[in-house]
Amino acid sequence: MFILSKATIENVYAAFIMANGARMEGIESEIFFTFFGLEAIQKKKLEHLHVATVGNPAMHIPTMLGGLPGVEALATRMMKSEMEKLDIPPVSEFLEILSDSGCRLWACKLAVDMFHLKEEDLIDEIEGVLTIGDFYGRADQDGTQLLFI
Amino acid sequence: MRKLIAHTEVEVNEEGYLTDFSQWTKEVGECIADENGICLTDRHWEVIEYIHEKYSCEEPLSIRGIKKSGVIDIKEFYKLFPGGPLKKATMIAGIPKPKSCI
Repeated sequence: MFILSKATIENVYAAFIMANGARMEGIESEIFFTFFGLEAIQKKKLEHLHVATVGNPAMHIPTMLGGLPGVEALATRMMKSEMEKLDIPPVSEFLEILSDSGCRLWACKLAVDMFHLKEEDLIDEIEGVLTIGDFYGRADQDGTQLLFI
Repeated sequence: MRKLIAHTEVEVNEEGYLTDFSQWTKEVGECIADENGICLTDRHWEVIEYIHEKYSCEEPLSIRGIKKSGVIDIKEFYKLFPGGPLKKATMIAGIPKPKSCI
């Protein structure tokens, strides 16, 4: 079970690829979207996720440059084109693949309330809005592992 | 290593995948499916045919590719080959396990 709390492309894809990879191996997987992770399941936002260029030493550019207008968009475009070359699907298609593969997708109630989101703001593949208690209830099985991203 | 499948001796690796596709026959495929608890139907064979086509064109297989295949959708694919469909389907089809992460 994955808890996705961030909306940068690198974090969203890490969760998606691991959750999908689990299904491909015949392992059950679920993703609980909380806090900024909710950006990845909002119809209007999910195609506009960015890679973080500020405060990310792996970008190998000075932090000040990373903050200039357009740099984040450029880096994101470059990363998306590299991913397309590797046949990695865009966010919306990836969510469809996950759902079709039997990976169950949930939204966090507290974060949904905090961002004033309605059910219609979220993609149809979301099965429900859960409290953390509900989520722990789902996780309460032998062999379940929780990963926080 | 050598393994006797459907009265024929074939070469397989430690995971049970055929190492020489030329040794594959429909009967071998049926036996491997049986070992994995899968009873092959016409739908399964359509998918296996698709996998062979991709293999002969040297195109890598992926779940995304299955979605675009026009032969089968992902939901049905998981239903036909439960417990890791790409792994199982390629093993039955007698080709190497896909190296794809998606």
